[in-house]
Amino acid sequence: MSDKATTEMDAIAPEGERLNIAGLFVGFVSGLPQLAFPVLAAIFGVREAKNPVLIPIVILAVLFFSLFFRWLAWMRFRYHIGEHDIRVEKGILSRTARSIPYERIQDVSIEQKPLARMMGLGEVKFETGGGEGDDAKLSFVSMAEAERLREVVKARKSGAAIAIGIEEAVEHSDAPPVFAMDGKRVLIFGLYSFSLVIFAVLGGVAQQFDFLLPFEIWDFKHWIGVAEDRGVSVDNLNGIGWTARIILALIALGSLVFIGLATGVVRTVLREHGFRLERTAKGFRRRRGLLTLTDVVMPAHRVQAAVIQTGPIRKRRGWHSLKFVSLAQDSKEESNFVAAPFATLGEIWPIAEAAGVEVPDAKVVFRKGEGRWWTPYMLFAALILSGPVIGLAVFTDTTIVQTANIFWLLVPLAFLLWFNRRNYRDALDGGQVYVREGWWRQRLTIAPQVKVQTVEIAQGPISRRQGLASLNFGIAGGTLEMIALPLATAHAIRDAVMEKVAAVDYSAINRSH
Amino acid sequence: MTDEAAPELTQLNPAYVTTTRIASALGLLPFVIGAGVLEFAQVMPAGTFLVPVVIFYAFMAFVVPARKYRHWGYAMGTDRLRVVRGYMFYRDTVVPFGRIQHIDVDQGPIDRRYGLATLTVHTAGNHNSTVALPGLLHADALAMREAIRGAIRQDAI
Repeated sequence: MSDKATTEMDAIAPEGERLNIAGLFVGFVSGLPQLAFPVLAAIFGVREAKNPVLIPIVILAVLFFSLFFRWLAWMRFRYHIGEHDIRVEKGILSRTARSIPYERIQDVSIEQKPLARMMGLGEVKFETGGGEGDDAKLSFVSMAEAERLREVVKARKSGAAIAIGIEEAVEHSDAPPVFAMDGKRVLIFGLYSFSLVIFAVLGGVAQQFDFLLPFEIWDFKHWIGVAEDRGVSVDNLNGIGWTARIILALIALGSLVFIGLATGVVRTVLREHGFRLERTAKGFRRRRGLLTLTDVVMPAHRVQAAVIQTGPIRKRRGWHSLKFVSLAQDSKEESNFVAAPFATLGEIWPIAEAAGVEVPDAKVVFRKGEGRWWTPYMLFAALILSGPVIGLAVFTDTTIVQTANIFWLLVPLAFLLWFNRRNYRDALDGGQVYVREGWWRQRLTIAPQVKVQTVEIAQGPISRRQGLASLNFGIAGGTLEMIALPLATAHAIRDAVMEKVAAVDYSAINRSH
Repeated sequence: MTDEAAPELTQLNPAYVTTTRIASALGLLPFVIGAGVLEFAQVMPAGTFLVPVVIFYAFMAFVVPARKYRHWGYAMGTDRLRVVRGYMFYRDTVVPFGRIQHIDVDQGPIDRRYGLATLTVHTAGNHNSTVALPGLLHADALAMREAIRGAIRQDAI
């Protein structure tokens, strides 16, 4: 197929195959809806000419342009099934050459939409464990070629592929749970999940559907009028005396607390009823829910890190939660896999250990952050506030002493930073990294070092002058950041972690054993 | 000012300065044109738009690329790639070959004229899932890709 023209054009890749030309047509037809807007714009553009013949011409022109660029893209697209990798080269002006080693290909999927199916074509996707999907897509090739590609990848993927899919059989026996919650536990959990979200929901609903209501919901004068019709007014409220007022206030507060607790209990029971986590051959199997039952399996070797979370109130009774970080998404609102939402540490550690995360022993030394990391935030806020302070003093009649009261705003910030600093700890031992942070949401993240993908030392303009740095660990499905480190410590930690990481290959740590 | 030229780091190809200059000169040209139009319209005293914009333009297109170049560096080890960049916002990233999922070699139209390319490695991590190293000779970028791919293959078996 190759001729002189193509070899000249593709200095990068003389070799490689083109996609199926019929796929151009499939892509063009399925892309037609996206052309609606350009076509309308073109029609709008020529409407001044008052010449009806122009309209079909501009429509054709838009269609032709779309087809022309698709053809260009097709001309400049090559894929190559190499000895060690699959290569895809594309781009009309900017060229991208992607290499995917066979060892990294997790899955080859073939998709056939109706139109492609009629033409005997398929879309082949190669998926690796990479963060964002869409690693390489061939749209479209003939079905015969698609099948051939799948077979080639299967054959080339030495060894690794065979391990998958053997352990399906041992599933149905109900193993004893590693963690379960009875009704009482769920109820206590609910009481801790105090929530006033119901008011936000009602407010939102009222705003959406207020046109359906027979009255103006936001018209306060109307409501005062309604109250006065029933004999309640500001005057007679003023006349009821202190005790009665306090009682009324307490009733209002009490009902608020009751609603908050009730919401928490109802939401928690709906979600967590019958919570049961088992360790099956395939991994952790979790079932929960009252009305909507969910049944999720998380393979243990996919766990990248563990997050143990608690709060200042629930910690008093020793309640914590355990989540696993992985590339899979647990549910819409929770990206990590909830392994134990409400448990004691004594219950949590065995689960974490079953996932290959070890309990930090007494030898692990947790390091405090360098205090000077937090001071620039204070100075920065003071700098920002001094603008209005000086401005007000200059342009209004107030004295500088009066306007300086604005600086009181720094007090809550100082408390916040102080809490932040006081609760921050990080640590490194022979096999894992640890970061503990937060006051209201106290999170301890533990990641085995071999699961770390990248390590980055970062310095901003201020921390650079202070000789401080932060360390960002790339974790599949999550983040882990150590802050307020002296630069030398950051380098030492990175070197230590890298020795562990570089020694083991990705496909080895994420293989099921 | 301290470790900007760490001895163990390899500098990018000097042509990177030229390509970034061309790219920023073209990319920021609309602002200069806009300022020229405003100047022509004479809504404000002469020079209020054009002078600061042109100074800023000259700074971004001529001074910044050379400075950027000085702070870029990389080190290709036997089992890891280290990429260092930035002065104000300094980033020093290490990517072990054993964690690389796939590798891109990109070449834009300006790059091609100067024989340069960008090497991009992809990992599974959420943070730093792509690490890009621009300003490499195209042949070097391809050689680095082959080296990384070879290392992955050896490890995985």
